Amino acid sequence: MAPKKTTRKRADAESMAAKQRDISVSEFFAKNRHLLGFDNPRKALLTTVKEAVDNALDACEEAEILPDIEVRIDEIEAPTHASKAGRYRVTITDNGPGIVRKQIENIFGRLLYGSKFHRLKMSRGQQGIGISAAGMYGLMTTGKPMVITSKPHKKKPAHHLELAMDTTKNKPEVTVDIETDDFPETTSGTGTRVSIEMEAKFFRGKGSVETYLEQTAIANPHCEITFIPPDKASEDPELAEAKDEPQTDDQGVVRTTEYADRIVYPRAVNELPPETEEIKPHPYGVELGAFLTKLKQTEEKQLTGFFRNEFCRVPPSVVTAVTKEASTKSKSFSGSTWVNSLDSHDAEKIYKALQESKLRAPPTDCLSPIGVKQMLAGLLKGVKAEFYTASTRNPAVYRGNPFQIEAAIAFGGDLPADQPARVIRFANRVPLLYQQSACSAFKAVVDAGWKNYGLQQPRGSAPVGPLVVMIHMASVWVPFTSESKEAIADYDEIRKEMKLALQECGRKLGQYIRRRQRMKREGQKRDVFERYIGEISRACHHLTGTDTQALYDALLAQAKAKTEIADALLDDEGKFIKDDHGRLAKQDDVIILDSNDQPVVADKEPKKRASTNGKRTTSKKKTTKKSPTKSKSAANAGLFEG
Amino acid sequence: MAKKTTTKKKVVKKVTKKKVAKKPTTKKAPTRARSADRAKRDAHTSTKLTNLAQNIVDAVHDDKEPEMDVPVRAASNTNWNAKKRILEMGDNVSQRQLFNLGQARKFMQTLLHSTSVQDLIEQDKTSSLRGMFYKSLHTIEGTKEKTFDDQTESDTILEDLEVSLGSLREELHIFAKKRGTMVGNITVIDSGDEINCRKMGSGGYAIPSICEPDVIQFKDVKADFILHVEKDTVWQRFNEDRFWETHNCILTEGSGQPTRGVRRMLHRLHTEHKLPVYCLLDCDPWGHYIYSVIKQGSISLAFESQRLAIPEAKFLGIRAIDYERCDLSDDVKIALNDRDITRAKQIAAYPWFEKDKQWQREIKKMLTNGFKMEVESLITKDISYVTETYVPERLAAKDWLG
Repeated sequence: MAPKKTTRKRADAESMAAKQRDISVSEFFAKNRHLLGFDNPRKALLTTVKEAVDNALDACEEAEILPDIEVRIDEIEAPTHASKAGRYRVTITDNGPGIVRKQIENIFGRLLYGSKFHRLKMSRGQQGIGISAAGMYGLMTTGKPMVITSKPHKKKPAHHLELAMDTTKNKPEVTVDIETDDFPETTSGTGTRVSIEMEAKFFRGKGSVETYLEQTAIANPHCEITFIPPDKASEDPELAEAKDEPQTDDQGVVRTTEYADRIVYPRAVNELPPETEEIKPHPYGVELGAFLTKLKQTEEKQLTGFFRNEFCRVPPSVVTAVTKEASTKSKSFSGSTWVNSLDSHDAEKIYKALQESKLRAPPTDCLSPIGVKQMLAGLLKGVKAEFYTASTRNPAVYRGNPFQIEAAIAFGGDLPADQPARVIRFANRVPLLYQQSACSAFKAVVDAGWKNYGLQQPRGSAPVGPLVVMIHMASVWVPFTSESKEAIADYDEIRKEMKLALQECGRKLGQYIRRRQRMKREGQKRDVFERYIGEISRACHHLTGTDTQALYDALLAQAKAKTEIADALLDDEGKFIKDDHGRLAKQDDVIILDSNDQPVVADKEPKKRASTNGKRTTSKKKTTKKSPTKSKSAANAGLFEG
Repeated sequence: MAKKTTTKKKVVKKVTKKKVAKKPTTKKAPTRARSADRAKRDAHTSTKLTNLAQNIVDAVHDDKEPEMDVPVRAASNTNWNAKKRILEMGDNVSQRQLFNLGQARKFMQTLLHSTSVQDLIEQDKTSSLRGMFYKSLHTIEGTKEKTFDDQTESDTILEDLEVSLGSLREELHIFAKKRGTMVGNITVIDSGDEINCRKMGSGGYAIPSICEPDVIQFKDVKADFILHVEKDTVWQRFNEDRFWETHNCILTEGSGQPTRGVRRMLHRLHTEHKLPVYCLLDCDPWGHYIYSVIKQGSISLAFESQRLAIPEAKFLGIRAIDYERCDLSDDVKIALNDRDITRAKQIAAYPWFEKDKQWQREIKKMLTNGFKMEVESLITKDISYVTETYVPERLAAKDWLG
């Protein structure tokens, strides 16, 4: 305050009190929307899609329905200038269980309302802020209410609601409430559709809705996602190759396909992830304040019962030991001590004793990792590479919260060879698109030491090479660095697990790269031998009169056998054996594809193939076995005539 | 050059074609009569070549990897035979394998040269080393790779072939470039032509590269000894002064390091006619080394030492003490460089010099002198000082190193 302005009336406690009042949560977030991921028009679109899809997936899985999700973005008003935002309508339709009428406005219209916040259970959304915040954002930028259509019963019509929000009261306002038959047919017969109009900016590429959906499809191979971006939304679905089913390509893989009117991320596995158990908090993860609150709120009368019902891993024997430890001369505790007889001082003593006692790690059946097979299936359809591997670590614990780390790698194929690896991060199957360098997962990638596995890695950054690295953290409580849930906090335990998972994958990759190099060397060696064999056969014929062609063939066979040792080793060790479709490796955590999509062409030019490093040739095994024999001997058949 | 190559290639092809049909039967009329002795030897070599190839064919059809044994030609496989006083090749043999990246090319080259040698034997012709290079040279079908990059590569393979077959170069019908000259009180019959070495004018008789008994025979050996000088210039001095006539000897020169032909000639004259060999070489490590090779043999040709080395050869000069003894002027001094010093020390450590006190003293003296001297330097005394004073004095005094 400038001292000159003496005319201004000084505020006193009374006048200040007049201004002091409750801050509604919705009002707070309306002013601080960046905390929820609505910082700018580009991100708003993504955050909206993300919240809706996450909710849809969670709902489907809880109802044990294989999710079919359609994301549609219509352009209502194009941006007037490249720097300005346009107006879009985002519509997400799922085949989930639907929502009963009376809950619709609570779920979509109130911030911090939901089923997920109160429990320790692994699920995508956690705070219950997301979708209602999106609706609020839409309302604020366009004034249009969000439109919800939900069909919780197969045989009854759907509810159609239009929902505005009173930000000051954190209360929904229903403007339209009708029953309607206008709901698409879904596989489950039920479902929900959310439509929000908002000021936003559509784009593709890094950090876009498309990237998010692509990565979601990778981490959730059991779902099928259809994406209709604005440029395709205008296409007439009748004209386009409309209802084509996703095709398997020549490598036997159903891949992400872009049609004229939509992009389809196909389903790669037909099993839902196992339902997870809810767990009680582990004492190591509970802070003193929370502990005191629990003491106040518990319905249990005595300490033994309190610990049994409110926490996990605190059996009566531990309670006895802990209370004994906390007891002093003046006051002693035991399992049968009345809860309401404790004052805060006593509670703190017990809390400290509890923290210092040795407790078993929390149960881990609350975790649902994606699984090696599923990760491979997800990567296989989403990333065109030649080598895939994945690993799932055993569950571990940070601050009393169980978590589990998974990693997967896709290598080679069409991936760019001279750029840093692409790191895709997931927390409870949700892709994390922003703040990569702040994320524990990315730090773990940097830490993993890829030089050991035959890749280049500049100091302090991700490895360089044709590589996609996927990291997933499954936990009942993922520690994010901020409410927008974009980076995993850097706990030592978490980073260590991530590093170990990556290194498991790295070792397999290294093995593969070394073998591939060896195969390449063997191929070059073979070229050298084959070059001289003709000369040698003729010389021997000259000296001994032996049959040139017979000797040539015998020598060629030897040359092959000699250089095929590398290939044979691969088989013997059982590492890279392919199944009947020539695709899935016998080893469950590795898949290798033949990048030679047209082996016939490769056959004709075996030498050219060996020298073109750019188009990374994969397993020589398949091609070399059949190729040079025919071609070379054919060429040489003419060689000895005349 | 290119033209020549192509014509040569054609010849090879023709032969290859015809061979199948006429293999065991008629032979082309030889340009020179093949003596029974040589015919037998040729047949022997031919069999060895066939065996070499047959072993490979058999191995391949037996599903074994083709390989051939090549005795190691390196210092590590060279032994000093103190009793015979010559260098001998050891028993170390290396396998040359086709399916070894480092050896595949050499393997092929060895076989190519084998065919070329077989051709020479069949047609009873000889070829120079350079000729052999061209004979086996072509571009490998379907590639841009040539069978030989240069003659050096080819020469090495031929030496390998010699040792692997246990045949001499002569037996493979290969000769080297002629080098070395001879004159003296002797008549030589070379391929049937009588050559009187007393009447060779100023040029002398060029010692052929093949000096085997079937090519060269001796007649009228009247000389008492052989004087071998290092190079042509010195030899010219002796020839002009008719030294061989006045001292009744044979005068040879080897243009530096004597070729196998020259050494074989010296060896034969020495063993067959008991002629002592005296060497007049420069006083420098190179001269000492030439003497060492004549006397004991060389590492690369250790397998031929038996037929080439003359352990009894004597080193007449130039001696390190000659600077004072002959009262030479300072002008003749050529300073020893670092390489000379290193080389001199190496030579001093040779087993045959190591225990020879005279030689140790000689080399030590040269090193303390710090300079080397050429034979020609004696011309500073007088043009014919070397022929009229120096050599006769040494011979009379029996002043030499053994």
